[in-house]
Amino acid sequence: MDIKQYVEKECLKEKLPHVQVGDTVKVEIVVVEGERKRNQIFEGVVIRKRGQGISKTFTLRRVSYGEGIERTFPFHSPSLGKIVVIGQGKIRRSKLYYLRERSGKAARLAKKKNNNKGQREREA
Amino acid sequence: MMGLIGKKIGMTQLFGESGEAIPVTIIKAGPCSIVQKKTEDKDGYKAVQLGFEDKKENGVNKPRRGHFAKVGVTPKRMLKEFRADDIDVYEAGKEIKVDIFKEKDLVNITGVSKGKGFSGVMKRWGFAGGPASHGTHKWHRRPGSIGSSAYPSRVFKGKKMAGRVGAEQVTCRNLRVIKVDLDQSLLLVKGAVPGCNGGYLIIVKS
Repeated sequence: MDIKQYVEKECLKEKLPHVQVGDTVKVEIVVVEGERKRNQIFEGVVIRKRGQGISKTFTLRRVSYGEGIERTFPFHSPSLGKIVVIGQGKIRRSKLYYLRERSGKAARLAKKKNNNKGQREREA
Repeated sequence: MMGLIGKKIGMTQLFGESGEAIPVTIIKAGPCSIVQKKTEDKDGYKAVQLGFEDKKENGVNKPRRGHFAKVGVTPKRMLKEFRADDIDVYEAGKEIKVDIFKEKDLVNITGVSKGKGFSGVMKRWGFAGGPASHGTHKWHRRPGSIGSSAYPSRVFKGKKMAGRVGAEQVTCRNLRVIKVDLDQSLLLVKGAVPGCNGGYLIIVKS
């Protein structure tokens, strides 16, 4: 086996969360504060997926108090907790950077139709 | 100060205890055979000569072949001496493995940096260059003035100018060992090391 794959193997997750660009998701982040562990929740729209293997990441964008916030998470990060998909958006491109220039109602995505999963919450 | 000869495999990332991503370089370090011992009586100094990576027998000239045959090791591609005061511990023909390092050790890694060819002063010496716009004409990456006029009527020696960059020996000091894999003889250090993938490295404890 490739030496690089052999080294990465231990840090790779077997099952990756099923997150798609355009999804609105709720992510639990495990934060270690000294001894204690705490769960932080971040909710937002997946605006991109990039990379492969251990460096594969997805980026969530949300607007809070009028300020756009983006956070990027590695798929294989051990500090990623439960991920819940709240809704799926109808999209026509793989990188939703155009949302950055929009605000308010214009920054919404149309809901995906004909998809029962999209209507209900499901675990990624 | 015992060390090892290794080969850079490439970089990747791992996750730490609190979930942070750690950039690591994978190094195939050793196993290195002890090819020769230099002693005070015979050579005037104490050192151990290590050999790394096997080479085909017919690719080695006769005197070299004899050098390896003397201690009964297969011909090696890379030879390097390491100074050692406790020379008696080592035995010629034996192997030194990556377990001389352990996790959280600090190591110095020496290699030959990537060659950048003939480069200008901005890359080579960090000169500021000229403005990118505002009417600048052909003055973006130039070095500016290189000296005065009638006196001294020459350019001083050592003036920083364009020239060859890279492909020189570089040592990165105090790199943290993240992991040691004895089965595969792998050494994982935090951060980057000099040279291209597949380049030879010399690893010693800091």
